[in-house]
Amino acid sequence: MGKTLFEKIWDAHVVVEKENSPSLIYIDRHLVHEVTSPQAFDGLRMNNRKVRRPDLTIATMDHNVPTNNRGLPILDQTSSVQIQTLEKNCKDFGIKLFDINSPNQGIVHVIGPQLGITLPGTTIVCGDSHTSTHGAFGALAFGIGTSEVEHVLASQTLWLEKPKPFEIKVEGKRKNPHAVTAKDIILSIIKNIGTSGGNGTVIEYRGEGISDLSMEQRMTICNMSIEGGARAGLIAPDEKTFEYLRGRQYTPKNYEFLVDYWRENLKTDSDAKFEKNYTLHIDNIAPQVSWGTNPGMTIDVTESVPSPEDFAKGDQNQKKGAEKALEYMNIKSGTPITEIKIDRVFIGSCTNARLEDLIEASKVVKDRKVSPNVKAMVVPGSQMVKKQAEELGLDKIFIDANFEWRESGCSMCLGMNPDILSPGERCASTSNRNFEGRQGTGGRTHLVSPVMAAAAAIFGHFVDVREMDLN
Amino acid sequence: MQSFKKIKTIITPLDKVNVDTDQIVPKQFLKLVQKSGFGKFLFYNWRYDDQEQLKSDFVLNEPKYKNSKILVAGDNFGCGSSREHAVWALLDYGFSVVIAPSFADIFYSNCFKNGLLPIVLDEKTIEKLQQEIGDVEVDLENQTIKTNSKTISFDIDSHKKKILLEGLDDIAQTLFYEKKITEFEKQSKTPSVL
Repeated sequence: MGKTLFEKIWDAHVVVEKENSPSLIYIDRHLVHEVTSPQAFDGLRMNNRKVRRPDLTIATMDHNVPTNNRGLPILDQTSSVQIQTLEKNCKDFGIKLFDINSPNQGIVHVIGPQLGITLPGTTIVCGDSHTSTHGAFGALAFGIGTSEVEHVLASQTLWLEKPKPFEIKVEGKRKNPHAVTAKDIILSIIKNIGTSGGNGTVIEYRGEGISDLSMEQRMTICNMSIEGGARAGLIAPDEKTFEYLRGRQYTPKNYEFLVDYWRENLKTDSDAKFEKNYTLHIDNIAPQVSWGTNPGMTIDVTESVPSPEDFAKGDQNQKKGAEKALEYMNIKSGTPITEIKIDRVFIGSCTNARLEDLIEASKVVKDRKVSPNVKAMVVPGSQMVKKQAEELGLDKIFIDANFEWRESGCSMCLGMNPDILSPGERCASTSNRNFEGRQGTGGRTHLVSPVMAAAAAIFGHFVDVREMDLN
Repeated sequence: MQSFKKIKTIITPLDKVNVDTDQIVPKQFLKLVQKSGFGKFLFYNWRYDDQEQLKSDFVLNEPKYKNSKILVAGDNFGCGSSREHAVWALLDYGFSVVIAPSFADIFYSNCFKNGLLPIVLDEKTIEKLQQEIGDVEVDLENQTIKTNSKTISFDIDSHKKKILLEGLDDIAQTLFYEKKITEFEKQSKTPSVL
């Protein structure tokens, strides 16, 4: 029987295999950031251990860095300590760090691909659940906890139980690909499979609806695999993948040799079996808006907020969850999505803060002004994205429309830096999680695509961007 | 790592599904650079009101659950962020066991690195367990949960069971395979980053 792409990558990385036990898997790339690593480095010190492969390890600071006034000292003392701790740890253990002043600084999942550190067929880990993003390049990439960060630092391996392969086919063509985006595809998938639908699996996204996407759009898809519960999500590499990585700063010297190998080997065999399958047809899907407190609580922009009964489909626990969500979000069942007024707009995060996202959002914003009741900000995913956007004049378009234009970082996706919602504020956000308090205690998050967020900023409420001219 | 063998306390019923790690320990508390002291931040936004006063309507704040070491929750516990701080907070607060119909993958794996025992039981059994008011004994060696009236058995992977029972240091175990790792590296085609 043939193998899936995931199984091929897995098999190529097994160092030790034992029956009915986890396997020891080799890790090719380890990305490190300031929040989930300090305790791991402490553990190494306590046991007198070194980093086995500093040359396979890269660090940056993204989660709690301020996105303005970078020239000034960081006001939040605890953030400042965490950042200094990462600097010290990288220095002590010989790890390459892109610090706050580096032109390569940015959200770890944005800079990995941009710098050519992310490669097809590799295993990539990071102490962050959105590591699944790198799967867009045909890598097996997943988030780990701090103990596992320490384990990888010490041994360059991890003990893992083999997840099950899950095929998600995306079939058809979007009628308006500027208005209906990769974000709408992945939100539709999560809405259908549920937030635990992918537990214990690695998803392979396949089909015309996936191969049609650009690399940056594929990253948006893989990024949110974890929101469907999957350990990782990946897409077989193709010519778009190889072209994207060609000539980047850290692309290996023998790149063309590697490409030939990847082209032959990194695909699922035609007779391979998946343990689970789901198909989404995208010909007629609408822009998506989340209404509740997990990403599965999402509907079409043309619909109204569902009742807990309709959402739960007979599941009492889901019904209770939906009631709680409506209360937290302070919205009533039956409210048309387009009537929901918003206070804040956040265009950013490892899901949607790449150059294409900003280009698409700028088309909505150009020659318009942010609604007087809305405070809107753009936080580019990396300093490199920021620079490229500025070269295209996107910063001017956003600033002229009264958006704030910031330095790169995770920012309001999780509100570890000063970019947070105030209690009760309602935000149209291009990020990945609408959990209670995620963007600020008492804050209310609606997940949308960059064009939907930009349009919400202009109109002060959600609108169906298919009705706008985005070409 | 601390080991886990057996405990006997009342259970704390947390009647919620999809409890995410942002709820278990909110992000404003992730800036500490040590592993200790996270217990006071556990379920922070559910335990405390705007004035930082304990909310009387949240189950953990009921005095009778003060010494409980067993949390019983709904489906997909620990979803979302990979933050191990969630496990550190549960342990530091006093919990040693979390029982749920299912766990998110990263959270589940984080438990075993710290000596927290996650137990998967079906929803019906959990519903009944949540009604249990007396002491409940969780015995990892025998894989049983004993209430006043009955004994429930649970499944756990034998490798994971051993790790918890013996409180094994994962990294020390792995470094026994140093030679194999080196051999693997010699034949690996993956280029260095730099």
